[in-house]
Amino acid sequence: PAFGLFLFTIARDPLRIIILIAGAFFWLVSLLLSSLIWFIAVKVSDPQDERLQKGLLIFGVMFSVLLQEAFRFLYYKLLRKAIEGLVALSEDGCSPISIQQMAYVAGVGFGLMSGAFSMINLLADALGPGTVGIHGDSQLYFLTSAFMTMVLIFLHTFWGILFFHGCEHRRWWEIAAVVVMHLTVSGSSFCNPLYVGSLVPSYMLMAAAAAWAYLLSGGSAQNLRRFLLCKF
Amino acid sequence: MITFMNNSDSEEEPCNERTSLMSAESPPVPSYQDGLQASEAGEVQAHRKRRAGSSRGPNNIAGGEMSGSGVPVRESAPENEEEELTLKYGAKHVIMLFVPVTLCMIVVVATIKSVRFYTEKNGQLIYTPFSEDTPSVGQRLLNSVLNTIIMISVIIVMTVFLVLLYKYRCYKFIHGWLILSSLMLLFLFTYIYLGEVLKTYNVAMDYPTLFLVIWNFGAVGMICIHWKGPLQLQQAYLIMISALMALVFIKYLPEWSAWVILGAISIYDLMAVLCPKGPLRMLVETAQERNEPIFPALIYSSAMMWTVGMAKPDTAGRGPSQQTWDTAEDGREHHRSPSHAHSQMSETRSPVPTRPVTSLEELEEEERGVKLGLGDFIFYSVLVGKAAATASGDWNTTLACFVAILIGLCLTLLLLAVFKKALPALPISITFGLIFYFSTDNLVRPFMDTLASHQLYI
Repeated sequence: PAFGLFLFTIARDPLRIIILIAGAFFWLVSLLLSSLIWFIAVKVSDPQDERLQKGLLIFGVMFSVLLQEAFRFLYYKLLRKAIEGLVALSEDGCSPISIQQMAYVAGVGFGLMSGAFSMINLLADALGPGTVGIHGDSQLYFLTSAFMTMVLIFLHTFWGILFFHGCEHRRWWEIAAVVVMHLTVSGSSFCNPLYVGSLVPSYMLMAAAAAWAYLLSGGSAQNLRRFLLCKF
Repeated sequence: MITFMNNSDSEEEPCNERTSLMSAESPPVPSYQDGLQASEAGEVQAHRKRRAGSSRGPNNIAGGEMSGSGVPVRESAPENEEEELTLKYGAKHVIMLFVPVTLCMIVVVATIKSVRFYTEKNGQLIYTPFSEDTPSVGQRLLNSVLNTIIMISVIIVMTVFLVLLYKYRCYKFIHGWLILSSLMLLFLFTYIYLGEVLKTYNVAMDYPTLFLVIWNFGAVGMICIHWKGPLQLQQAYLIMISALMALVFIKYLPEWSAWVILGAISIYDLMAVLCPKGPLRMLVETAQERNEPIFPALIYSSAMMWTVGMAKPDTAGRGPSQQTWDTAEDGREHHRSPSHAHSQMSETRSPVPTRPVTSLEELEEEERGVKLGLGDFIFYSVLVGKAAATASGDWNTTLACFVAILIGLCLTLLLLAVFKKALPALPISITFGLIFYFSTDNLVRPFMDTLASHQLYI
């Protein structure tokens, strides 16, 4: 679905593609830094201690989430500057792309990259022979991974919109809400393999974020009804 | 012109090698040369291709746009309109370059992943005589550095040779060289490639069919690249050729040497394009002075044939194209880099004989494109292919390198728009790619593996 989003909404406009790739790049850099920190921590600590390792992992995940949000902020700053440049250079004084579109595209960029990194090795292995969950792990590993990745990609998209909107209007509580949501989702994935604990809250959060982002983007229940009625 | 020259350079190198190996004269197609020579001796000649790359941005347009991000508002008022128009098309140009680079990389990665042949070590090129199977780390490092030095010096010699040839107007020689190397590349390498692919998928093909297929492929390729042909087809052939060369490089360069060579080549590129006495720069400047286009076989042109929608009546054939070239040339600077991004697209290269006279601004704008040297394609693909072949993190590393290279390309094009001179396209992208490759392989991979095994998400 995320790829479909990409095809339909982004592939037309070259500017959006560039913003997308740049967004993916920023996510990648944040991942790099957070894994660097985790790596150093692991090397420094004792490799035999199981609990410590798990604790370090949790620490790494949280740190990575915070870094991702920090990079999202940096990306926002960069895009603000870019918009100023675009406006100055455009013919009729208004930018060819609005900050909201940018927010959307940036969110998709982040999401695609994170999803790709989460899923792609899994997919490559899935092509080969083997049985899922042979060692007593859950048999639904692939399915749940797929769903979790999808929800994460969508969440990144919505978070992008919310985040940028919060930065635009200087509503710090919106930004804080995004960070908290991200932390919650990552934290809920700690409940795996108890999938109920992670998938359900994530989906609920995603629905909430979707509604919020939709409202922020100027939609309303009326628009929704009109859209649905027109089509069907 | 640098962009122009660059191409010749790359061809030069292969030529030298070729002449030492064979008696044939090769046309100054660096990229092809490399491949051809390699096929001759079973060695890869990477240099040439490299040289073929220099990037040139859209010259005429004030370079403000490129990705449209963070372009500083500058330029004085008279240039503002130009810039505005440029801005509109700037992002388009970047995409026009993204697509072929992506396609090339996809072809290389797909081949590496599926065909076993290209990851087996079956010997080395004559340009990298030092083996890397040494017991100690220091020895291996030393060998790879020596290999790199040899390779770079061969490339430099070839480049200088090509520049000299071009300066003294030995066009026939250069053309002959180019044609010969592209001939070799198209036929021999394609034959090998096809053979390996068929072997992998266990498909049988008899010799007459094979001969027919390869003959058609090669003949159409020669016509397309050196003469006229639909732009899409020409672009497709150039992509195929770059992919083939990159595959040969990946196969025949030993591990550490490949990385050191990539690094050294970006540095060389930087110097060759930006130093006043650099061979590539001289090539581009000479071509600019003479108002000639750079050899088509060495540069990838993203020029779109947008003349279809033009209301202005087309004047015939080459004339208008040349005019366009001239007018375009006046205002531009080229950025040189091993890959030339030439914004004057159309030129003679475009097989569009009906280019309207560029009196309309939009016409110029639309027809303007960006040129990237083939060497750049090849080295980008080598980087990504090596990442796919040797990284244990597999797809993550490949993806990371891919994004890094694209971002580098973006930045390079942005700089191109800012400076309006030929710029080296290799350094930034390769630096990013190398950084991301090594860091992803060593740092991110254990992190992601651990996360995936616990099914945690960040």
